[in-house]
Amino acid sequence: MRAAEEVIAAARAERNGGDTRAQDSPEVKIQVRHLDFYYGAVRALKDVNLTLTDRRITAFIGPSGCGKSTLLRVLNRMYALYPKHRATGEVLLDGEDILSPTVDAASLRYRVGMVFQKPTPFPMSVFDNVAFGLRLAQRISRRELAERVELALRDAALWDEVKDKLSQDGRSLSGGQQQRLCIARTIAVRPEVLLFDEPTAALDPISTLRVEETLEGLRERYCIAIVTHNLQQAARVSDVTGFMYLGELIEIGPTEQIFTTPKDRRTDDYVTGRFG
Amino acid sequence: MRRSLVRKLTNLLALALSTVATLIGLTCLGAILWTLLRSGFAGMSAQLFTQMTPPPGSAGGLLNAIFGSLAMTAIGIAIGAPIGILAGTYLAEYGRESRLATVTRFVNDVLLSAPSIIVGLFVYEVVVVPMGHFSAIAGALALAVIAIPVTVRTTEDMLRLVPQGMKDASTALGAYPWRTITSVVYPAARSGIVTGLLLAIARVSGETAPLLFTALNNQFWSANLAAPIANLPVVIFQFAMSPYQQWQQLAWSGALLITLAILLLSIVARVVVSALQPAQRAG
Repeated sequence: MRAAEEVIAAARAERNGGDTRAQDSPEVKIQVRHLDFYYGAVRALKDVNLTLTDRRITAFIGPSGCGKSTLLRVLNRMYALYPKHRATGEVLLDGEDILSPTVDAASLRYRVGMVFQKPTPFPMSVFDNVAFGLRLAQRISRRELAERVELALRDAALWDEVKDKLSQDGRSLSGGQQQRLCIARTIAVRPEVLLFDEPTAALDPISTLRVEETLEGLRERYCIAIVTHNLQQAARVSDVTGFMYLGELIEIGPTEQIFTTPKDRRTDDYVTGRFG
Repeated sequence: MRRSLVRKLTNLLALALSTVATLIGLTCLGAILWTLLRSGFAGMSAQLFTQMTPPPGSAGGLLNAIFGSLAMTAIGIAIGAPIGILAGTYLAEYGRESRLATVTRFVNDVLLSAPSIIVGLFVYEVVVVPMGHFSAIAGALALAVIAIPVTVRTTEDMLRLVPQGMKDASTALGAYPWRTITSVVYPAARSGIVTGLLLAIARVSGETAPLLFTALNNQFWSANLAAPIANLPVVIFQFAMSPYQQWQQLAWSGALLITLAILLLSIVARVVVSALQPAQRAG
């Protein structure tokens, strides 16, 4: 327990009293009810119930294979790309069930953006990478496009590093820059929800710090869910933490409480490093 | 100690055998190229590119055959490449492991290794017989049928090399599959697809058997697609088998021309590929 307390204290100190926003009236963005998920016959998620709040970062932690990434992939219906992947239950985005076949998956993904573990810049210029989603979504004037691209790159804390090489191939950037490029690309279309699937797992510590700072900046405007294997990262960046184990959401609550006074024994064991 | 000696000897033996095998292969290849260069260069002249194939016993060139080969290869690739690329795209991106895709892939592999004379006979039956005569367009169709399986295979292989993560990222931005394919997957696989196309061109430009049954040959200049047309492979075949010295010389020169053209194409392919490949950072 002590170790966890230190982690959380350090994290809070870093965030220089960012807890004041707890008094804002939180708005429910996503509600997951009785969600089950199957890879063929394998049940990967078991009766998951949770709420994601607007302008909050929710972190999901847990050992490998516990279903964290699967949960994220349900929220933007990425799982639907693969045959035999099946979700049952309800996922309400602003009250509308996104698992319903009447909801168009592509339109849903404009509203729910996703950043993956491995940076995946497209084979095109830095500018075109960020403009990709914007051009998909709407007809947009050249000038507005340039403005939106710059804004997205600024929000992703990448503008200063790439403003002179916008026409360079996106793949020529460093790994950390590539990942922030992917973040810029995702936020350029102004989604309502941002999903991060282990966004720093493939990055060095400096780049990780940059991405975390970027997350910090995005907190004010988005409903964010992040999956991470890094407990310190969850403690540093998130307002709410959910612990998952073997496909079940064991416990979800304010990050501080999960790390210091978890209700479930398994959560306690995990955050104190006794397993996982 | 003795065991390590045995291993060393085994290794030496393997090294010796594979070196000998490589040398045998290289020697054959070198001998062919050497003969071709020696005999072919003797007949290299401006005439080759300005005059028609001659009757026996007189001088001439290969202009009509060169034109016929270029025309049929161009038309064949123009027909075969889009079909091959789209089919390869279907296999890699849409069909994947579906039954239709699996069957198509199998049939394509069979076609890939089918003797090209079969293709010639097939086109003879479905095009030449109904038309009543041989024609350039029948030849071009036969070449297209040969180009398709090559293109399908290389396209599918190249598209499958594009990381799934990149495709997922495009999908996650709200792109429909076709948009992902055209805007992300094709550019990422561009150099591979271009290489595949050039390979297909190289493959069909030397085909003889399918043209024997379709385009046949023509002593004279012809740009009529509905009529028989001269072409290098068949001219080489016919002239090389003849007893006339001038014809045999033209056959050698024609063979050298095709070889040089394919060599040039391979070099262009390499240059194009390296030009299309952007500087990528490893980490």
